[in-house]
Order: sequence, then structure tokens, then C-alpha cells
Amino acid sequence: MTEQIEGSLGVAKAVALCRPGIVCAYPISPQTHIVENLGKFVKSGALKNCDYLNVESEFAAISVSIGSSAGGARTYTATASQGLLFMTEGIYNASGLGLPIVMTVASRAIGGPINIWNDHSDSLSQRDSGWLQLFCESNQDALDTHIMAFKIAETVGLPVMVCMDGFVLTHAFERLELPTQEQVDAFLPEYEPREYLTPKEPISIGSMVGPEAFTEVRFLQQRKMAKALKVIEDVTAEYRKITGHHSGGLLDCYRCDDAELKLIIMGSTVGTAKDEIDRLRDKGVKVGLISLKAFRPFPYEALRKAIGDCKKVVCVERAFSFGSRGIICPEVKRAMEGTGCDVKTAIAGLGGRAIFGTTINGIVRAAFEGKFKDEMTWFDVNSNVLNSYTKDGEGVTFPEGPLSDSQLHASVK
Amino acid sequence: MLEKIKFYQTGSNTVGNRLLNPSMRTIQASVDRPNALISGHRACQGCGEALGARYAIDAAMRATGGQLMVVNATGCLEVFSTPYPESAWRLPWMHSLFGNAAAVGSGLASAAKIRAQKNGDSVVPRVIAQGGDGGTTDIGMGCLSGMFDRNDDVLYICYDNEAYMNTGVQRSSATPPSARTATTMPVGEHPGADWGKGKDVPLIAMAHGIPYVATATVADLRDLEQKVTKAMSYHGARYIQILVPCPLGWGLKSSGLTVTAARLAMETGFYPIFEAEYGKITSVRKIRAKQPVTNYLKIQKRYAHLLKKNADPNTVARLQAMCDQNIKDFGLLGDDQPELNPTAIQAYERSQAI
Repeated sequence: MTEQIEGSLGVAKAVALCRPGIVCAYPISPQTHIVENLGKFVKSGALKNCDYLNVESEFAAISVSIGSSAGGARTYTATASQGLLFMTEGIYNASGLGLPIVMTVASRAIGGPINIWNDHSDSLSQRDSGWLQLFCESNQDALDTHIMAFKIAETVGLPVMVCMDGFVLTHAFERLELPTQEQVDAFLPEYEPREYLTPKEPISIGSMVGPEAFTEVRFLQQRKMAKALKVIEDVTAEYRKITGHHSGGLLDCYRCDDAELKLIIMGSTVGTAKDEIDRLRDKGVKVGLISLKAFRPFPYEALRKAIGDCKKVVCVERAFSFGSRGIICPEVKRAMEGTGCDVKTAIAGLGGRAIFGTTINGIVRAAFEGKFKDEMTWFDVNSNVLNSYTKDGEGVTFPEGPLSDSQLHASVK
Repeated sequence: MLEKIKFYQTGSNTVGNRLLNPSMRTIQASVDRPNALISGHRACQGCGEALGARYAIDAAMRATGGQLMVVNATGCLEVFSTPYPESAWRLPWMHSLFGNAAAVGSGLASAAKIRAQKNGDSVVPRVIAQGGDGGTTDIGMGCLSGMFDRNDDVLYICYDNEAYMNTGVQRSSATPPSARTATTMPVGEHPGADWGKGKDVPLIAMAHGIPYVATATVADLRDLEQKVTKAMSYHGARYIQILVPCPLGWGLKSSGLTVTAARLAMETGFYPIFEAEYGKITSVRKIRAKQPVTNYLKIQKRYAHLLKKNADPNTVARLQAMCDQNIKDFGLLGDDQPELNPTAIQAYERSQAI
């Protein structure tokens, strides 16, 4: 059924179609509308056999989720930004215990300075947490990915973060097509955990593991991640067959044939980039786009195949690592090791700074003109704002336009 | 509280089982006791927490007909009972983190309810969340209060040994004033833990208006069993705090003094033992033979600095005054049962602050 609705409502409806047993709610923008809608569904009786818990913090939200998932119930919660960080201890615990919780991260910058707008610094801060991280490029992709996420999580035995851009997606009204309850029921049967806490068969979960077995526990956890690559592909194929929706997957290529430059992008920027790439292609510019859907597990093989013999790649990244460089770029370099592919990072869109078609256009032009000398370039930085701080204090001024990493380093010499 | 029994033997609740009707007999004396926490675990000799946990969980097992699951906070009890690949728990048990046992308990209780609802089961397994005083009164306080707030069907048991024993005896908000811990050393002008700090979690629990709150000690195990049994007769959020002396952390003169120390904590008024229902105190365990606080202090090395020759005698006097204040506030002496409205002992401490 096609509806013109807010992304958050679409996701809430998708989650409800999955018949969760527990939904945990704690408000944080821009995730709040999702759990508000789910609360309404539970209270009105539209979503049956579901407990809706208003908790006192995100730490409690993930903790209640840990308990309910260990108790054998399909469990959902949502958060963003500071909330995700407040959960962190539980995030690692949930993956270590192998609990198939599904959680939306309505991606948002981390403070300070406090900023409620979209970038990927929150979700990418949990890169090593042992959760699967699936990024969504549109609201249709987001609602479909949530439904797939439950199946992926329960098949692999690991929790899944569905990362959708805050506000840009969560608060955007779009035409969305929801699968029917019958379709979802056929795709996602009732959750029957292999193991859960019950007096019928008492088990101990979460014992203390010392040096004699800890490495092996981690190895097996990593093995689940490896398994997840195929599971994501299989589940996506099955879902696409049932619904006809082209959502999910490890990654998606757009106009990549014969491309001399490929952009790698995660999240809602993909839509903007597609439009701009269409315009550039019309002018004969050979540029393509890889929408990176799965960040964890990282699809090295699929990406190597998708990049192929293209020798120029730019990752448009909405987060970076302090004291280091981009976060996606080194992963791509690993995938392309020994191929002579040139991989660069363009940092853009931090803290909600809009990435326009013109931004993408500029990145493509700069790439073809060989302007990305360093591995990382601050592409959409505003030197006026910088200079208002550094000129008086240190007598340092920055030129207009993108700033390379070496310009940043030169400025402190 | 335990109903009045005519004692033939010792004048205490150690009256022999054979004199009681079967419903009043202690669970531990039964041949088919649940043994939820079985021997072989790694607790220290004389561990009050292991003793308290075994009695409490077995009582809850009996009360629920074995339909019980336990969530454990990080701490001694968790560490000594589940070194991989072993587990001393003979019931469904899980450990997640240090500060989230109450919230994990909420989730588990919800899951049990939903699963029963979906499967048409009439029996819903019950949940106990448990932790030490650090995991409860400090790092777990937010989740505990949230569980109380939602009135989730969880009994939370705090095994209070008045410090972080698992990490090496550091001060918690349940550490009494002047006590020596690794972070409140007996040095300087005011040796041991500061006065006027800490909180009274049973009273905080009562302020949530939850159905049942009680304190207990391992010196009166029959009373503990009875309180756990009563707690399991209620649905909603419940809280029991059990004083469990730690021979190591308290520096008991011998590991055989655990029960003695707990008894003296009651008999001095140091640790008031009571029950409250829906925010009101409904019964108090009276002091049987009042003891001066020095009798309690002198068997514990954590207070040794108070009894040295050159120690400030005022400190012991203040601890005695604190006990007397508890006796007054909780009506711990005499036979009457007045309506009580006690304040946290920390209020007394703070009002007396130098």
C-alpha cells in the first residue's frame, strides 16, 4: 500500500509489521517520532502482544532490550547521538551475548558542541561494537531494511543497527510502499530463539570468561560477522522477491558501467548524488556511485568487485576520526589493496551542513582535476568562520574553498 | 514479620523445625530444598552474600514453584558463581552489566509475560534482579529507580556489605561513616569514611510507593525467607536489602563471625530491620537484647582505628548516637507498634556535621 507519510511513521509501521514483543522508548531527537508512533500502535491495540516500556534513559533502553531479548522476545528500540553513546556499555554487551536486537540509529552529530543535526559520527563511533550496521539511502530503503534487519539479526545471532539519517530521512514525508502483513509474516516467521531464559530449560548467560577462552569467544563472534555477509545478501534477495522493492543489500551501484570515477557514499546523500550524477552523465562525465549499505560487516569482496578496474574513488564521508583521517576510506583501501586504485576522502556534511548537488558536482570536478592531493580533504569548510577564530588568536588564515589535510597540518607549524 | 512462636529452646528463631507446623518450617531444612546456588562456587570462607543469596533465591524458588529467573549485576556474587565454563546456578540466570540489573530484569519480566501471553501459558515465570550495594545504591540507582517507577514485576535484592568488595573494598554510598575502606583510609584528622554522606535506599524505594520494601540480615535467615516469600506474593516492583557481612572487607576477626556481626548490627540498632508496604512501614524487628555499638565495632578491623588508645572518643559516641537515633526513629525497642515515619540516618549525620 502506498502512502505519503513521514519516514519515522513508515519505520514505525514497518517495525509493527514485524510483530515485536518489546519496544523500548526513550526520547532523543531525531528518533523520537518512531517510538511515539509505536507507542500509539501498542496502546490502541493495533500492535498486539507487545510491551511498550517508557524507560528513564538510553542506558535503560538498551538494558531492558538485553533482558527482553535474552528472555526470548523480538526486541526493538531506537536512539541517536548522545543516546547511542549513553548506551555504549550495553551495546557491546548485547553483541557479546549474541542478542538479535534491532535498533534504529537516527544518525546525528555528537556534542560538544551540542548539535542535533545529521552526520554519521554517532553510528560510526560504534564501529567496533560487534553490531551489524546497515545504512539506508531513502525512507523506502529504511522501512524495508528494518524488516530485513530482524531476519538478519535472528539468523546470524547478532544485533543490528539500522542507520537512517536524522531529520533528512526521519522527518521527511515521502511516498512509501509498505508490504502487507501477510507478506511480512511469510518472510519473517514468529521469533523462536535457539536459546533463551526459561525455567523449562535453565541456562546461565553472561558468565565470566578468562584468558583461557576469551580469544575463542571473540573469534566465534567474528565468524558470525563473516556469516552475516551472505545472510544479508540472501535475506535481501528473498525480500526483494516478495515485495519487489529494491532495498537493502551490501551495496548498490549506480551508473557504474565505464565510470572513471566512483563515489562511495552512505546514507541519504546517495539520493542527492544520484541526481547530480545523472546531470553529469548527460554532459558526458563518466562518474558512477556506490551506495555503501552494510558498513559492518564491511563487504570487502563485494566492494572490490563493484569498484572493479576503476582507478579513482572518492569517499564522501560525514564523519572522521580525530587525529587520523576518514573512516570509510581506509576500509576501501583495504578492499583495493594491490590494485593501484586511488582512494580519497572528501569530508562534507558534518553536523547537518547540507550536501547539495553542487557539492557533489564540486567533488567530482575536483577529483577529475586531480585536486585531491591528500588522502583527506575538508570539502565544504567555510574559511571565513575559521579565520574569524584563527586570525586574531594565531595570525593564521585559511584560503577559500576546500582545505586539504596538509594545509591543516601546515597551519600549526 | 514472623508470627510469634513459643520458644522452648534458645529464645531465638533457631527453634527446631519439628516444633513448627510444616508451612512455617525453614526451606533450607527440607530434603527437597531447591539449592538454586549450589556448592562448588568460589565465594570466600564465611561469605555473607553467598549465604543470603542461597536463602533468598531458594525461598523465591519455593514461593514460585520453581518459576523463577535471576538477573545478576556484576560483582562478587556474579564472579564467584559463574567462572566459565561453570555455573553454580540451578535456575535460569543471566549477567549483563554492573549498573543495569534492574532494567535487564524489567526486560526479562516483560519477555516472560509476552511469551506466556502468545503461547497461552497461565504461568508467567517471575524475575529477581540482584546486586551488591555498589551495583544497587551507586551505579545501578538510575535503572533501579526506573524499574520502581514503572512498577515492573521484578523483585530487586540488594546484598549490602557496605562497600565495593569485588574490586578490593572501596567506599560505596552504603558505606557507614568512619568505616575504613581502600578509598576512605584511616588517616588524617577524620579517619575512615566521611560523615554526612551516603543514602538510605530502602527509604528511597519506599518513596516510590512500591508494593513491598524490606530489610533483613543473614543473622535472621528465617525472617529473610519469610520476607522473600512475602515479596513474591506481590506483583510489581519490590525491594529487599539484606545486610551481608563480608569477612574480608570488614576485617572480621574470623570468618565464623559473619552471622554474629549481622546480629550485632541488628541488636545495636545500627541496621534497622523492617518491612514496608506501599510506602508505609508495617512491621519492625525489635531488638531482643540491646548491645552497645562498641560490641559491633570491636570485631571488625574496618573500625579498629576508632578503638585505638589515641582515637577520638567522640567518634564512637557519635556512632552510638546514630544507633540510638535509629532505635528511636524505627521504634526498635519495646513491644508497641507505633506508626513510624523515619528519616534517613544520613539526615541525622548531616544535621550533626561539624
